[in-house]
Amino acid sequence: MRIARWLAGTAVLGALAYLNFFVFRAPLLVKLINVSLFSALFVLYRVIRGPSPADRIIAVDILGVLSIGILALLGLHYDQGFFMDIALIWALLSFVASLAFAKILEGRRLDD
Amino acid sequence: MIRHTVGMAFVWLGIAFDFLGVLGLLRLPDVYTRLQAATKCVTFGSAGLLFGIFILKGFTSFGFKVLLAIAFIFLTSPIAAHAIARAAHRSRIPLCRESVIDLYEADHELKKEGGDAAA
Repeated sequence: MRIARWLAGTAVLGALAYLNFFVFRAPLLVKLINVSLFSALFVLYRVIRGPSPADRIIAVDILGVLSIGILALLGLHYDQGFFMDIALIWALLSFVASLAFAKILEGRRLDD
Repeated sequence: MIRHTVGMAFVWLGIAFDFLGVLGLLRLPDVYTRLQAATKCVTFGSAGLLFGIFILKGFTSFGFKVLLAIAFIFLTSPIAAHAIARAAHRSRIPLCRESVIDLYEADHELKKEGGDAAA
């Protein structure tokens, strides 16, 4: 059963990689952005089906960091600097949100 | 040309680390081990990717913003990870079945007993 699951996961990931890198016709940076977007999709699975609240908090935190990378790659692709402004603001808000979620999970008030 | 090659190598490395960290986030059995995989995704993944973009762009305004983002991520992300781990342990989220020892819990018990003895 475990081996079957492992083989199925490897087959799905290999099919996605084959479709992305050999079938899809685009510049190389767009393919790399696609890989990051698929990573964000896998993180969303953990957000929806996390068994405990801490799992969802970790997943949202990692989603913020991943989106900083995606925004930087988009800025590199379109050659425009304002994407990094959005990424900086996103990093700041993600940090504050993670700390607030951790405090709520610990059972303390926000103004403690 | 060399600059382009080195920068794209860092970008590839960063995206590979991001992807492997996310796989660890999906596959590992426990909150704490998932957190351990996910922080690798920060320090080598996104920071390596941003460093590659800094090498590609050089000392322009874009590059300085990328450096600022790297410094900000390195300052803030471990703090957030530590806070989440401490909150998860204090709200009694259990460890996985294969885990052997919980030294933080043992330390906590010891401190509580010492406080009772002092009182």
